[in-house]
Amino acid sequence: MSFYVHIPFCTVRCGYCDFNTYTATELGSGSSQATYAATVSQEVSFARGVLEKSGVPHRQIDTVFFGGGTPTLLPAGDLVAVLGRIREEFGIKPGAEVTTEANPDSVTRESLQELADGGFTRVSFGMQSAVPHVLKVLERTHDPARVPQVVAWAREAGLDVSVDLIYGTPGESLQDWRTSIEAALSYEPDHISAYALIIEDGTKLAAQIRRGEVPNIDDDDHAEKYQLADELFAAAGLSWYEVSNWARTPEHACRHNLAYWQGGDWWGAGPGAHSHVGGLRWWNVKHPAAYQQRIDGGISPGHGREFPDAAAVQLERTMLLTRINTGLPISELDETGRKKVAGLIADELIDAKQAFGGKIVLTQRGRLLADLVVRELLDF
Amino acid sequence: MSPLARTAPVPAATDPSLIRNFCIIAHIDHGKSTLADRMLQLTGVVAARDMKAQYLDRMDIERERGITIKSQAVRIPWEQDGVSYALNMIDTPGHVDFTYEVSRSLAACEGAILLVDAAQGIEAQTLANLYLAIEGDLTIIPVLNKIDLPNAQPEKYAAELASLIGCEPEDVLKVSGKTGEGVEALLDEVIKQLPAPVGVADAPARAMIFDSVYDTYRGVVTYVRVVDGKLEPREKIQMMSTGTTHELLEIGVSSPNPVPSKGLGVGEVGYLITGVKDVRQSKVGDTVTNSLNPATDSLGGYEEPKPMVFSGLYPLDGTDYPALRDALDKLQLNDAALIYEPETSVALGFGFRVGFLGLLHLEITRQRLESEFNLDLISTAPNVVYEVMGEDKQLITVTNPSEFPDGKILEVHEPMVAATILAPSEFIGAVMELCQSRRGTMRGMDYLSEDRVEMRYHLPLAEIVFDFFDQLKSRTRGYASLDWKADGEQVADLVKVDILLQGDQVDAFSAITHRDKAYNYGTMMTSKLRELIPRQQFEVPIQAAIGSRIIARENIRAIRKDVLAKCYGGDISRKRKLLEKQKEGKKRMKMVGRVEVPQEAFIAALSTEEPKKK
Repeated sequence: MSFYVHIPFCTVRCGYCDFNTYTATELGSGSSQATYAATVSQEVSFARGVLEKSGVPHRQIDTVFFGGGTPTLLPAGDLVAVLGRIREEFGIKPGAEVTTEANPDSVTRESLQELADGGFTRVSFGMQSAVPHVLKVLERTHDPARVPQVVAWAREAGLDVSVDLIYGTPGESLQDWRTSIEAALSYEPDHISAYALIIEDGTKLAAQIRRGEVPNIDDDDHAEKYQLADELFAAAGLSWYEVSNWARTPEHACRHNLAYWQGGDWWGAGPGAHSHVGGLRWWNVKHPAAYQQRIDGGISPGHGREFPDAAAVQLERTMLLTRINTGLPISELDETGRKKVAGLIADELIDAKQAFGGKIVLTQRGRLLADLVVRELLDF
Repeated sequence: MSPLARTAPVPAATDPSLIRNFCIIAHIDHGKSTLADRMLQLTGVVAARDMKAQYLDRMDIERERGITIKSQAVRIPWEQDGVSYALNMIDTPGHVDFTYEVSRSLAACEGAILLVDAAQGIEAQTLANLYLAIEGDLTIIPVLNKIDLPNAQPEKYAAELASLIGCEPEDVLKVSGKTGEGVEALLDEVIKQLPAPVGVADAPARAMIFDSVYDTYRGVVTYVRVVDGKLEPREKIQMMSTGTTHELLEIGVSSPNPVPSKGLGVGEVGYLITGVKDVRQSKVGDTVTNSLNPATDSLGGYEEPKPMVFSGLYPLDGTDYPALRDALDKLQLNDAALIYEPETSVALGFGFRVGFLGLLHLEITRQRLESEFNLDLISTAPNVVYEVMGEDKQLITVTNPSEFPDGKILEVHEPMVAATILAPSEFIGAVMELCQSRRGTMRGMDYLSEDRVEMRYHLPLAEIVFDFFDQLKSRTRGYASLDWKADGEQVADLVKVDILLQGDQVDAFSAITHRDKAYNYGTMMTSKLRELIPRQQFEVPIQAAIGSRIIARENIRAIRKDVLAKCYGGDISRKRKLLEKQKEGKKRMKMVGRVEVPQEAFIAALSTEEPKKK
């Protein structure tokens, strides 16, 4: 069982971001950063009650992930307090993975130490790029020179370190991307996530592209940059274990995210957070004020839910398991899907040897065309 | 001014001298139906409160498009100098695709009202039908309509009409169908000017079919004009072209709803019902006679309808094929000119090769299939009928580019048309340029008035079936009008251009074109398809070829990335729903070899419009 804690606050909203997060001005009244840890802790207690009443067997927590927003905008003590509540209500397994996302701007040597002392094992820094003009388009405010500093502090505190990168930002050259990769590798992280920039509707960047102020992104550029990253990461000893994730050793893979892809159970706490327990998916109300109102009133913050049917579950499993390096068992495919395997090998979309061993595992080309592979396997 | 007729003459007992048969010749939207409606109302045939705008145009499509496709006949009473007359108004189709039907309608009349919009002047199709009427010795009553319009120029167009038909400008009547002004005077003139029908009352019956319509409840309703003799209820009648006999279940007149009568005599116009279910058994132009005492000579002039344009019609959803067949069967009950046979396309699956009288006929048929039968269709680019001589010196008829023989071609014959274009003289250059680019030869040019000109061209039919009319309209700011009729054939240097996707020929895109235009077609089609077909995981070459020679080529680059970079907690449902949507979309894909082609691409590639960007 995993726990996700959503922290919906940022000091500024980045131009590309459509996550459920709010700056102080966007937030308005009715909710408060200062009392947020207490509010979300109440949902943790609520979760325990709900699960007990539903007859879900009690399980200790294997992984916790604090995401946002910018979790580190809250004082380290607040994050530790929420983690403490999870420990209190559910228990945390020895050796559990406890991660927080962090902005290089909003951590200090002391705060990182405090997190580590409070039970956090891992920190994921939103580095995105090492190139100032790229950071500017993304509207990231941190000084790239600060990243090696915060990575070193995290290590000192005994935390595992991951860095997040974004590629394919408008105006980013292949050389810019190489610079960012090399910078990231020079900090010797345990883990790297590299995401192609997605232009989401309603973001400032989408509007800028629509108005022609910023050039549009390009899938071919993304493909080329993905290949470069995969090659440079591999040369530096980081192996892919999911389409956008690389780890120094299998033990450094993010176990929390693997739970998402492997169909694990997790409770997502906080506004807009999604949960998946026992085949049911549900999600909380989005706005922090509405969320706080529900929690204060002792009402479930759940806003919507769905119970995917067998076909939907199969689609999800195919789509998720093909993303990871342990792959999708061919035995889970129906006959039509199994007939597609040879063709996918011929098109160099899946690994032949793995297929002989009974698994669909994507090649590098296949990772870029994972949707196509999924559609083939499900015959549509 | 005449009062409403107090006693209407009774059908089957009306002296021919009291009958007047006339039609209205007019261009689309020059107000024929409005005028007809006004006549029905003035004569009391249809009460004002029952007036459905444009009563005579029954079909929805006609109402939607404001044009008349199928004609009807209405018997209306009108009194003059104390004598009651029976006027038969025969509505005629106004479009060039239906020239034959027009000629049969005209043959049922002694006179015609030439109706012209007082703001627009005469149009080419009206001229063509006027020509048919003059050739048929009909008495013409020239009338300007819509004189209530602020931009009407009655003096100018009265002069134009007068010079055309050789009368005085003041003889041209001026009416407004909308307000009713001048309509009563027009009815009086119909009685004064038009000759009464003449025929032999005691001869074997001869009645000409000028229309036949399929009615769901009554079967085929046949409209006839009796020339000689008499038709009576319950007698056996005979169709002279085929010799088949039918029992007359009902005979009567439309006023405008069907009213059974004791028969129809010389000069009368009415309808027959025999219980047949298929309009092809009651052919326009055929002569009806008494079965017991048949006439020896038919009235003549009967022609089998001849399709000029062919197109493949395919259901978007392959499982709709039987529904399409049923729908065509039903349409054919009411459309003797519609012919079709099954055909298979590698790209489009099972469908039909359908022959049409012209482009409007095609468009109307397609629209009816879609709106009345709820079918989603793809139609291939229309083509004409070619006669092709291969090395074996045998002429074969090609109605589909896929039938064009491979190998050496000795000769290709293509159908030609004589086209008449009317346009303001400032557009002479634009029209000439268009006709020349369509391989036309000018045969003459006349000024109808100071600023209106008639140009006559000899053109390949194939050059006008695609987008000629649209081009003509756009180059003349909508002012030009076009009429054409078949005019022999010519030998031309024609080739078949094939389109290949990744080496596989897509039969639906093959076209027969002039050799000089093959390259244009090839580049147009390949570049359209490059925009329309989504990228695939492999590179897709699109080629245009004449035989094995490639004349144009485009490439669709391989797609390299389609994966969503992030797929965490909340993304999962969203991503799954996206894939489920794609699954739905997949049903609309057609496979050409290994290439997935969206049906939208077929539709867009086969349309004349510019493709939208992907």
